[in-house]
Parts: sequence; structure tokens; C-alpha cells
Amino acid sequence: MFALGPLGFLAPWLLVGLAALPVLWVLLRAVPPAPVKRRFPGVALLLGLTDDESQTDRTPWWLLLLRLLAVAALIIGFAGPVLNPQPQREGTGPLLIVADGTWADARDWSQRSARIETLLDDAARQGRQVALATLTDPPAELVFQDAAAVRQTLPNLQPKPWQPDPQALADWAETLPARFDTFWLSDGLARDERDTLLATFEAAGQVTAFQSPRQVTALRPATFKDGEIALSAVRTPSGPGSELQLNAIGRDPAGVERQLATAPLVFEPGASATDVALSLPPELRNRVTRFEVAGVRSAGAVSLTDDGLRRREVALISGSGSAEEVDLLSPLYYLREALEPTADIIDGSIPDILLGNPDVIVLADVATLSGSESADVLDWVEAGGLLLRFAGPRLAASDVGRDAEDPLLPVRLRDGGRTVGGAMSWGEPKALAPFDENSPFSGLPVPDDVTVTAQVMAQPDPTLSDRVIAQLADGTPLVTRKEQGEGQVVLVHVTANAEWSSLPLSGLFVQMLERLAVSTRPASPDAGDLEGTTWLPQQVLDAFGNLDDGTALPGIAGEVIAESAPGADLQPGLYASEDQSIAINAISADTTLATQQWPARIPVEGLVVETETPLKGWLLAAALALLAVDIIASLAVGGRLKGPRATAATVVLAAFLLAPQGAQAQDDDFAIAATSEVTLGYVMTGDQQTDDISSAGLQGLSNTLFRRTSIEPGPPMGIDLERDDLSLFPFLYWPVIADQPMPSSDAYGKLNRYLRGGGMILFDTQDADTVGFGGASPEGRRLQAIAAGLDIPEIEPIPDDHVLTRTFYLLQSYPGRYNSRDIWVEASPADAEQADGMPFRNLNDGVTPVVIGGNDWARAWAVDQYGDRMFPVGRGQAGERQREFAYRFGVNLIMHVLTGNYKSDQVHVPDLLERLGQ
Amino acid sequence: MTTPLALRADAEHLAAPLPPLLAEAEHLASTVLLGDHGRRRPGLGDTFWQYRPAQPYDATRMIDWRRSARTDAAYVQDKEWQIAQSVVLWIDSAAAMRFASSDSVPTKAHRARALALAVAILLSRGGERVGLTGLRLPPRRGAAQLDQMAAILSEDDTTDYGAPEAQGMLPHSRALFVSDFLGDLGPVEDALTRAADRGVRGALLQVLDPQEEAFPFDGRTVFESMTGSLKHETLKASDLRSRYLDRLAARKDRLSSLARMTGWQFTTHHTDSPAPSALLWLYQSLERRT
Repeated sequence: MFALGPLGFLAPWLLVGLAALPVLWVLLRAVPPAPVKRRFPGVALLLGLTDDESQTDRTPWWLLLLRLLAVAALIIGFAGPVLNPQPQREGTGPLLIVADGTWADARDWSQRSARIETLLDDAARQGRQVALATLTDPPAELVFQDAAAVRQTLPNLQPKPWQPDPQALADWAETLPARFDTFWLSDGLARDERDTLLATFEAAGQVTAFQSPRQVTALRPATFKDGEIALSAVRTPSGPGSELQLNAIGRDPAGVERQLATAPLVFEPGASATDVALSLPPELRNRVTRFEVAGVRSAGAVSLTDDGLRRREVALISGSGSAEEVDLLSPLYYLREALEPTADIIDGSIPDILLGNPDVIVLADVATLSGSESADVLDWVEAGGLLLRFAGPRLAASDVGRDAEDPLLPVRLRDGGRTVGGAMSWGEPKALAPFDENSPFSGLPVPDDVTVTAQVMAQPDPTLSDRVIAQLADGTPLVTRKEQGEGQVVLVHVTANAEWSSLPLSGLFVQMLERLAVSTRPASPDAGDLEGTTWLPQQVLDAFGNLDDGTALPGIAGEVIAESAPGADLQPGLYASEDQSIAINAISADTTLATQQWPARIPVEGLVVETETPLKGWLLAAALALLAVDIIASLAVGGRLKGPRATAATVVLAAFLLAPQGAQAQDDDFAIAATSEVTLGYVMTGDQQTDDISSAGLQGLSNTLFRRTSIEPGPPMGIDLERDDLSLFPFLYWPVIADQPMPSSDAYGKLNRYLRGGGMILFDTQDADTVGFGGASPEGRRLQAIAAGLDIPEIEPIPDDHVLTRTFYLLQSYPGRYNSRDIWVEASPADAEQADGMPFRNLNDGVTPVVIGGNDWARAWAVDQYGDRMFPVGRGQAGERQREFAYRFGVNLIMHVLTGNYKSDQVHVPDLLERLGQ
Repeated sequence: MTTPLALRADAEHLAAPLPPLLAEAEHLASTVLLGDHGRRRPGLGDTFWQYRPAQPYDATRMIDWRRSARTDAAYVQDKEWQIAQSVVLWIDSAAAMRFASSDSVPTKAHRARALALAVAILLSRGGERVGLTGLRLPPRRGAAQLDQMAAILSEDDTTDYGAPEAQGMLPHSRALFVSDFLGDLGPVEDALTRAADRGVRGALLQVLDPQEEAFPFDGRTVFESMTGSLKHETLKASDLRSRYLDRLAARKDRLSSLARMTGWQFTTHHTDSPAPSALLWLYQSLERRT
């Protein structure tokens, strides 16, 4: 292939033809355009006249140029030009194309796909057998197939949000066949296992690496340190300084996910990591669900947050109100110590605390709450709160939960409690029994030195055994729990200080609080913490940093979560168990990134592929277009562009030049027509006859308005709900027919905006002759279906004192072609009062957005082009009377639309009373 | 050498356009209201002109006794002088007249013949004798004369441009020449002067196609006369327009001055304008007495 810069030619010899162009120029120039023969009797007068200019016998230069360009385009086109021709790859034998397929690939995965595609194309040209694999998800067995077949599977190849597992890779390397060449698309990150794998590949054949020199950025998990969120971003340590943006994303109070905070990530030149501290108010901080580096599409740039970052709000309330207690004896001292590092502690009275809606309320030795407090706390628990109670002398001495179960206690309590191993009692202090599997404390080690000397006792109840979540060695309950609504009530049967037991002194106390989700983990959990728990994936990350629903995936044991790195078995994402959650991120806290340096013997190619673009078609099309222009130009030069030909040429040119401007002008015309006068609109139903009647009806109403009132409407306009702007019309008439298509969601949006913005729609089901309103007519059902999506307020049958009865005429019926009383309008407020001596209530609400009825008003109003009535109404004089009232209703309706509740004002009462004859 | 059969076929062919031509001419003629065509002086005639006192030279039998009986004097009834005028027509039948620039306008020849026949009909209704120049159809009256005239007018000539025949014009008669006058003006001048010598007055009607008046051509063009004997090639027809129009104007000017000198009337008629206007002009100019 012959190449000129980025342009290659398949048949370069044809370009020699370009040399003939100058010859063509001379030839074409010498030949004048062929003459037209005309019969013309006036020729006698022409004899002897000579042409002024000798120039005109030659083709004009621009026409020549046009033709030469056309010919040149033809020659070049047939020479087969190709933009960015790709050099052919040489090679035989089986070929392995392997991509790292990690999260670092995700950012430019489409580019990699395209590169693989071109490699496959090359392989297909050479007839090589190809196998395709990613290191993060190595296939069990490498199958070398025809390149075209492999190409079909290319879309299945997706990056994974984790790093390759060295062990799995080593196993995979064992299974590889003996001879193949390798194309290795690297993600650019240095990894230890690469060297061994590279040795394997090199042993099998030639290796070519593909790597683009670009920066990989990743975000380490967020930690909570000194009241601030500490975040650390890492990158491959090369290149100049850069500044990225960190976004904290979470749900706002309305439940919509949005960006809650941003912070700059500034990398010094050559630096590999940068730290940023984010100080957020607790309310905001607890809402953050993930951090991400803005603009980087990769799982590495997303860091999910879990309980580690959440700080629960814990309210501590103790029964002893005196401030003179010694610290160590305070019922709250140990709780405060245990919770302070991981939770926000609130003090105060119960009413104040409930306003703050804490996650947990701890009642230490509080026996009774006042009636309203108790009710409020119960409401709070049922809304999802956790009430943690500790026993104590007061609780033991009180009668709470003695005879009947108190809603704020999980069990009934026996009188007095018990004391063991004290100075005045027999027996040894009791130790704790190991936790049950069903207990939230399951898996926690029980230290030997935790003993209980006194406790409150639970009454044996049928439900007791279900509610015990920790017990002493002799089987007496130590911690009981019950579900109450969305929340739960937990009672620890000992005190929160060291008076009754040594539990608050032990590490178990903190772990138990953690398991109860009273406190949260300060750091990433270890295996011991998570032993015996099962974690269900809630959301999983894909390699591109998108969160997917993970609830369909199987649960994972706590040990696995604690120990494994993210992989196929442990997808990065958010895992939950009971009330706790753990985030598994693609990047761990100690991840560092380094650029992969390939040994000098391995050829490294870039990823960027210019796709081959054959230009032949474009050039031939250009040549054709030029020749088409040449036809018109030749006709013009030869004086033959006349009559129909000129018209056709003008039309063709105009079609090219003027086409795009039509639609806008049409919209403008519509808006101008609708707004230059008051214009009544009707909704086009798609049924020609109905639309014609609507138009004629509104024309009749417009005529009446014109004659009788100061409203002088323009001709009515039909409205296509999908296309037209409704806001131009004060009033829409909507005849509902049974087979009307449902409006689209866009149209619904427009209609709702219209109704909210003060527009009025008159729905007419045209069926009042057969059924009452809302009855089983097909039109009625259709109206219900259509109106379901509309923002229509509560409606009521039109009351006798509605303002529609007096906006222009005094009316008590609203007939159309049929005379039914069933007209529905927006309901008046329930508290509207009728003042004494007033004929109507004082209703100063807005214009009713809808009037719904079935009286077929359009037919009663309809006039034809000569102003004659189109449809009969009733019989004889009575019928004409009814038509007159139909017009009056129309006048009142339009007056109501345009003047609102003007006539509802009590100022008009005297006049109206006079007219009413009262 | 014509066989009777061929002659018959030719005659049929010739006769074919006659009825429509005649009908059209009749139709055209009916649009002109006939004014009184009398000579407005006493003389020989049928219609009453005046009573005058009898003069000594009047024969006794000339006295109108009925009128004279009412008075003492004798009266003679004068009739209006009704002398039939002779009008000869020359209609150009050359090939150039068979040109029509588009389907919407008639050929010049068609328009010229229709006008001529219409004039002939009008004149013969007015009691004049109508004929053609040359010796084939001397002026006569009557319907047969019109039929014959139509037959002769339907013949086509093969020359490019026609020349008027000045023969057969009676002294002090009237004449009408209808042509496009695009050919050589020499014969026209000749005929006009000879006519003027004999005291013949008349009208020249130039019938032109709208294209001949406008010359709407562009580009390289070969212009041919109707028979193809004359050719003119130009590379840029639009350049010729002004000079062509100058020449046409000069020619009209020449015809107009010729007419003025010889006491004739001249006008130009275009085939795309309505025929009755031209007919009216013809009628009035032939009626002119000077």
C-alpha cells in the first residue's frame, strides 16, 4: 500500500491519471458548449450582427474547475484511499489475547475493546486461531478458536472490580498449552504476579505488550479521625501535579441521591498519594454513602462507606438525677467511655432528646417514665429506634412490668431480683454462658472473669426463651430483647456500672454494644469480630464504579469478609448483617499504585488505534454531487436554464438551503395565531368528525361571546397535546371519545403544568343522554383513565352558589345538547360559611381547573360556515330555549376563565340580590 | 403533372381548414357593430336622402308627386349615394408567418387570415366589393366570393418572406396589407408607392409573435428561418438582444414613415393580444375617408 501521511491508497497507480487533468483542462477549455438550434423568423434582422466578445466561446473557468474537481475526485476515489491505514501484523500459530481486566482497565475499556477488535481483525486476516482471556477472570480452559468466532464473544469480556488473584493465576498458568504468541493488554499497574506470568508466556512464544502511558487514580477507604473524615487518594507516581475533585455522595432528606460535599484532591508533581480531610456536620456525614473521584469511571475511584464512618447518636439517661455521684459509680460512666470514640452522645431530658431523633436511647436504671414521655418513646421505638435499658436498684424496686408486660420492657420482671455470691448470700458469682447461634452476640468470646453478682429476674413466660439473647451459666437471662414495631427494646439485667457485675469492665461490653449497633466499629473488623455472622450483599460495585443491586447474590460468612481480598467470591460492595453494614472496597487502606515497567525485550505498543476509514465512497459521492452541480451550471451557461428547468433547479437548491428553517417558523406562526387574540382551544381527539364539531362548537361560542360580551375571541384552534404549547390558551374544550389515545407522559406533564398554571379544561363525555356522570359509558371509563394521570383536585357536583352561576348570566342549569345536572367542578373548601342574609357562600378560591360533564356542549354551540345551527337541540321553542341556555353557560364559563372569581366578591351582592328579586 | 386523384386529395386538404376559418372570421366580424356605411351625399342608391326643390334639369318622372302635392312647388326625392367601394387584401402566406413561439399563441398566418377574412366579411356586409391583390380574385360581392377567398387564403407559400403583389388594385380603391414585414422591405415600398400613384389608400398591419418582439434568448444559439434557408449562429444570444430590438424598431419606423408618406395607416399587432382590437383598428382605418 502506498501511503501519503495518514492517507493510504489501495490502487496507487490510478493516481497517474491525475497527470491527465491539465490535458483535460485544455481540451475542455477549447470546446464551447453545444449550440441550441432555434426556429426564428426574426433571423433576417440578425444577419450581419457579430458577437461582441470572443471570450464566450470557451467554457468559463469555474465550470472547468468544477469538472476537473469531479474527475479528480473520481480518479482518487477509484485509487481506493484509506484514512489511517493499519500496517499488517505478521505472525502464525495460535494467539492469546489477554487483558488484565481490573478496575484500572475500566476507565478506557472501550478503547481496549476496540484495540482487541483490531487485533482480532488482523488475526482473522492471517487465519490465526485466537483465545481471549482476562486475568481477573481466567477461563478454566483456554480454547483457541477462529478469530471471527472469538470476535462474537468480545462484548462478553468485561473488566472486574478487583485485582487478579496470584494463586489463581499460578494455577491457570499451569494449564496453558505449550505454543502460542501473546498480546498482553496491560492496565499499567505493576504487580508481582506479572513477572511469573510473563515468564510463562515468553516460554510459550512471542509476547507483545500494549500499554498506554496514563495515570491511574484510586481512592482509599475513608476513615474517621479526630472528628474529620480522612481520605487518601493514590495514583501512579509519575507526571506533573494535578488537581482532581472528590465528591461525597449520599441521599438528601428527600431520598434523592446527590452530591453532598466536594473537596479538592491535589497531587504534587511526582507524588503518589494525597490526603484530604473532610469536616462534615454529623447529619450530613451520616448520609454519605460513597466517595468518588469526579470524572474517573472506575471501581478504584469509588469508596463506599459503612458503619465505620457512621456515628450513631446515642442519648444517655440515667435514673439518678443527682450530680454529686462519684464518676466511677455513675451508671453512665462506663457507657460514656465505651461509646465516646464511636458515637455522638446526647444528654438531656427525654422530650428534648426525642426531638433530635437519636438512633439509640440508653436508659440506665430508669424505672418509670411519665405517661406522655412513655408514649412518645414508644412511638419513637416503633418508628425504628433502639431502646437499651440497664437494670439497677430503682428498676428492681419498682413495679414496672410486674403483672403485665410493659411495652418498654422486653420481659416481665420478678419482684426484687436476686443476689448471688455476695456477703449475705450463698453461691458463687455467676459467669456468662457461651452465646447461642441465634444471638446477635454469637461468636463473641466469653471471658472467664466476667461475673454477675446481682440482677433483676425475668418472669418465666412462654415468650421468654425467644427473647433471651444472653444468659448466665445457670440459664437465667442476662440480656433480653423484643421487637417493637420497627425498632427494638433491649434490657440488660444488670447495671451499667460495675456495681452488680464486672461486665462493664470487660472488653465484651464494648463488643456487645457494637453487635447491638449501639456503637459502631472504629476500624475495619477482624475475623474475631465477625465470626459466626453472615453478611448479605446489598449493593455491589462493578468495575466502572456503578452500584448494582446485590440482593440476589448469596450471603458471605463474616470470616471471609474479614480475611479475603476482593475477588470473584467477594465482590466489592456494601454488605449488611442485622443493623450493621460493612463496605468492601476495591482499594484497601494500604494500596499503592506503581507503573508497570516492561523488560526491554518485550515490545510495547500503545492502545490508541486509528480506525481505517475507506474514503472511496465519499469521494465518489462528491464526484457525483459535483457532476450534478455541473449539469445545472452547464444549463445556466448554455442559456437553457429556463422555464420548468429553472423552477426545478431552484426547487432543488432551495430544498438544500431552506429546509431546516420550516419547523421553527411554523411554531412561531402557531404561537402568534394563538396569542394575537383570545383563542379558545379544543383538544384534537384524532377523530376527524369530533374535531370538526369541536371547532364548529367553539366557533359558535366565539360568535356569541363576540356579540354579547366584551370578549372578542379569534377563530378556535385545535391542539395536538403532544406537540403544541398549551400555555397559550386560557381554555381547552376536551371532548372525550371512547377510543381516544392516552396522552404520553410528556403530554401529561404539559397538561399538569397547564392546570396548575391557571388553565381550565372542560371535559365533555357527550353521553348525558344515556348515562349519569361517571356511569359505565365507554367515554366515562376513558375519561377516568385519562384523568388518572392528571393533577386534578378534589371535585364535587356543582353547588347552587358556585360562581359559574353568575359570572355573566344568572344560571341554574348548564345544558348543552342534553340537559343533565351532573356537572362537576373543584370542591369548595369545607369551611366555607354562608353568611346570614347572603345568597351564596364566601368562596374566594381560584378558578376551577376542570369542569366535567356530559352535556355535549359543542353540538349545542356548533354553527357552520354560514352561522347556521348544525345540530338540533330538543324540540321547538323549548329546544331553542335550551340552546340559548347552552350559550349562556358557555359565556359564563369563558367569563369565569377570564375573570376568575370576580363575581364571587360580596361587593356584587346588592346588585345580584336585586336581580334575583329578593 | 397532377392526376385528378391527387388534385382531389389536395383540394380536400385545402378545404379542410376552410369552415373553421370562415366560422372564426364570422365570429370575429360579429363583434363589430356596423355603422351606417353610406356616402352621406345624394346620389344613386336605395335609401332616402332628402327632398329638394325640382330643378329645371330634373326629368319630370323624377318629381315626387306625393311630396309636391302638399305644396305648390315640385320636389324631387334624392337617394343617398351608395357606390360600392373596392377593397383588395394582401395576406402574407410565406413560411415566416407560420411561426408560433408557443402553443398558447396562434401562428401569425392564422391570426392574419382570420383578421383578413373578418374584414372581408364585414366589408361585404357593408356592401363593398372585396378581393385579393393579384389577378386571382378581383373584387366582387357575395358569399361565394368569401368562400373563394378563404380557399385562396388557406394556401401556403414556400418562400421564407412574402412580398406584396401590387397588381389588380383598382384606382381609388382601398387596400389592406397584412404581413410580418420581416423580409426585404423593397417590394413593400414598391407596392405602396405604386398604390399611392393610383390613389389607393389603405392599411398596413404588421403581425408579430411575442418572441419576435422580446428576443428572450441566451447562450450559444443557431437561429434558422422557417425553411432553414437563412442561418445565423451566435455564441451569446443575450448580447444580440439590444441590437435586434434596435433593428426591429428601425423597421417599424420605416414602415410607419412609408405609410405616412403614402397616406396609409400602419400598426403592429401581436399574436398574444386579442384579435378583436386589431379588427376594430382595421375596420376604422379602412373606413377613413381621406
